[in-house]
Amino acid sequence: MFSTKNLKLLWGPLNMNNPVIVQILGICSALAVTAKLKPAFVMAVSVTVVTAFSNLVMSLLRKGLPNRIRIIVQLVVIATLVILVDQVLKAYVYDVSKQLSVFVGLIITNCIIMGRVEAFALSNKPWPSFLDGIGNGAGYGLILIVVAFVRELFGSGTLWGYRIIPESAYLHGYANNSLMLLPPMALVIVGVIIWIHRSKNRDLIEK
Amino acid sequence: MESIFNIFIRSIFIDNMVFAYFFGMCSYIAVSKNVKTALGLGAAVTFVMFITVPLNYLINEFLLQPGALAWISPKLAEVDLSFLSFIVFIAVIASFVQLVEMIVERFSPSLYNSLGIFLPLIAVNCAIMGGSLFMQQREFLNVGEAASYGLGSGIGWWLAILMMAAIREKISYSNIPAPLRGPGIAFILTGLMGIAFMSFLGIQIN
Repeated sequence: MFSTKNLKLLWGPLNMNNPVIVQILGICSALAVTAKLKPAFVMAVSVTVVTAFSNLVMSLLRKGLPNRIRIIVQLVVIATLVILVDQVLKAYVYDVSKQLSVFVGLIITNCIIMGRVEAFALSNKPWPSFLDGIGNGAGYGLILIVVAFVRELFGSGTLWGYRIIPESAYLHGYANNSLMLLPPMALVIVGVIIWIHRSKNRDLIEK
Repeated sequence: MESIFNIFIRSIFIDNMVFAYFFGMCSYIAVSKNVKTALGLGAAVTFVMFITVPLNYLINEFLLQPGALAWISPKLAEVDLSFLSFIVFIAVIASFVQLVEMIVERFSPSLYNSLGIFLPLIAVNCAIMGGSLFMQQREFLNVGEAASYGLGSGIGWWLAILMMAAIREKISYSNIPAPLRGPGIAFILTGLMGIAFMSFLGIQIN
């Protein structure tokens, strides 16, 4: 159940095989939600759930599925899961769901989900596929949370809505860097994360 | 009321799909290595958006939004099918892309060969799905506005990927720190271009 091989599926995507900074997948819809930590966390959990369960379902279906219609079946499975996630978010965390707005719907076109189904779930058993989905969702979530941490801390001086930088610092001339709250900074932060990650792991460097 | 032209300009420069919302980043980073392929993919995305956004607008207007079914019979006026919009939109996009692929293959094999690999990719391009979802959120008044929004967003995406491809062709001769080569520098460049595009904020054309 949790052999070394299966654990590797779970931990690999967090570092050496990270979907965002190594495979460059799934940046699409995500970075716009990283101005604050809370929506970023909710987004990360939603994507993990959808990736894990779409991998599981497609892996169960893989033997009886004709190759020609596989893309459309994948889209239907993923879209159904995303609708479920959307309804749950609307029911339990309505304010975050409002902030995420169209980005919940864009989980459907998140390349990580489609990519993992195509690359892994269609040729592997259900349980490893499920773990692979969780691992990749978590790898994606990790980057999202790091970016959101930096942006919220320097952009508004809070974390998860709680004040971290004390009021007295503002009285002595400290100011929030509102550039951090603008969308382009998310890309620059991801660029810097890639820079740091690749200088630690030299074999990932492009020729 | 916004004019159609205003919506068009806004969607190209101010609400640019790539620089303001990061839509379609996966193919944007992966396919921007040279100008020629970027041109082909951009054209295909623009065309698909120009058709699917107004199509989804009509579907949303007459089938999905709360009270939309009232034109069939007054009894259905309370039906709200908007929770189905994700699955309907993606089905419309995927089947339209399939249709375009078959038509292009039948009538213009040379175009098919140059676009061939990109067409299936478009079905999962976030920019196209994002265009339809934003269309639903903005509540356009008529199908003309939706069409100009779709066309404008497509052209905005096209512009972004072309500029990126041109810059990446140039910087292949530059001395970039090794760990930053490839995607790293592409992200930072996109960020800088995004900041430059913010200077369009607040432009109003009537």
